[in-house]
Amino acid sequence: MTSINAAVIDLKRLELMADGNSLIHLLDARAKVLVTLIFIISVVSFGRYELACLFPFFIFPAVMIALANLPPLYIARKILLLCPFVLMVGLFNPIFDRAVLYQVGHIGVSGGCISLFSLLIRSLLTLGAAFILVGTTGFTAICQALERLGIPQIFAVQLLFLHRYIFVLADETGRASRARELRSCGKKGLGVVSFGSLVGHLLLRTWQKAERIHTAMLARGFVGQFYTSRESRFGASELYFLLGWSSLFIALRYFDISGTLGGLVTGIAP
Amino acid sequence: MSHHIVEVRNLQHVYPDGTIAIKDVSFRITHGESVAIIGANGAGKSTLLQHLNGCLEPTGGDIRIGDTPLFKSTLPDIRRTVGMVFQNPDDQLFMPTVFDDVAFGPLNLGLSGEHVVKRVADALDQVGAGHLRDKPPYHLSGGEKKRVAIATVLAMSPDILVMDEPTSGLDPFARRQLMELLREFHHTKIFTSHDLDMVLELCERTIILHEGVIMADGSTGAIFKNDELLATCRLEKPLSMQICPLCSNKHPM
Repeated sequence: MTSINAAVIDLKRLELMADGNSLIHLLDARAKVLVTLIFIISVVSFGRYELACLFPFFIFPAVMIALANLPPLYIARKILLLCPFVLMVGLFNPIFDRAVLYQVGHIGVSGGCISLFSLLIRSLLTLGAAFILVGTTGFTAICQALERLGIPQIFAVQLLFLHRYIFVLADETGRASRARELRSCGKKGLGVVSFGSLVGHLLLRTWQKAERIHTAMLARGFVGQFYTSRESRFGASELYFLLGWSSLFIALRYFDISGTLGGLVTGIAP
Repeated sequence: MSHHIVEVRNLQHVYPDGTIAIKDVSFRITHGESVAIIGANGAGKSTLLQHLNGCLEPTGGDIRIGDTPLFKSTLPDIRRTVGMVFQNPDDQLFMPTVFDDVAFGPLNLGLSGEHVVKRVADALDQVGAGHLRDKPPYHLSGGEKKRVAIATVLAMSPDILVMDEPTSGLDPFARRQLMELLREFHHTKIFTSHDLDMVLELCERTIILHEGVIMADGSTGAIFKNDELLATCRLEKPLSMQICPLCSNKHPM
């Protein structure tokens, strides 16, 4: 099960990036979570045939990657891995929506093609923003920020536990699956039957582990309330960061910068 | 200092499926003692240990920690007094970072701010893991996880330290480091283990459990010399007490 192990290592790499100490890393997580949220809302709120207006938004991931010293190729690879799912969602757009919207030379570009392309660009932007957020903040800090921003504690704690034990579960799945492969001698190894039993066992083991963890929590005085001792500061730099980016996103959302620039250039050029 | 005394009288435990894990167990462990509970697989060691801080409820008999009998109402106090280190550190380290994990107990005790930070720093220093403070638990090695798991318990300042298989899964060096660490603790210590050499080094007293009853309770040295008793209880002498196969020419070289 090299793919599971590789995925875990890859996830750990993204987490390790959050340990950096660039300007962006040092900002309070709440500011980064809010900016990313506003960015995502601005990007997805465009109409389905909007394409040109989306391109100026690439400034956000570009600047963030540069300032936070994140490896751009790694982020690009992570986004590309998810692109097939996006393509699946928009695959039928060009088939069902054949009305020609633009004419490029002799070729008519249908609305379906434009909407598919727009969907792809939006996915690139939003997925990129999400990966950048995790890479500069870390999953834990994001959960804590969400809690401080008002989501119920129980959801934040669930997310934290999920993140903590995904590594343990992935390890266990990898081991169980390898044991199955080794005894299937290159064949299917009883196919779905043995696979079903393997998944069932993993579920039961998870259940038992949950009980042991709960016991460990009770042994240390847990009575249902999670306390955190982490201090954080939402200072001037966080405020500038939040206001700066959000006003840019809102401006880009309501003013067609690419259209204006294009008009300017084509107006001047003969 | 009567807090440090553990008294178990006629303890019985039957699991819901009818398995009798503990038939009749009584012992008294006093302040500062270091006691090993050993026995074959399925002898009832882990079940017994889980009674000591109320994780399991006895079917019969009673338990006293210091002057406090173990009841539902006294559980919070007992759990602060008895620090339990689990066999698998992954069950014990559930918070996002080492700091959060070690702070979990003190925060539940109602401490705040600087007190928590100091407790965490002290506990981590005690186990030599101060540098791991901000790491997530899944990035630690087995030995590091074990140390941090001990720190999570030490941060609650327990009077009694209960450990299930402390040296299992550790490499020889990490095992030696952990043993040196445990030697320095002046708490009342109760271990279960299959690592009989560790028992010989760290515990002056040993209790042997066999099929839910105590077969022997006495000085570790005397118990390990009793070959017949060890064989009955599916145990054998620690390696360090066995004849060296190389020197005695028993080794098939």
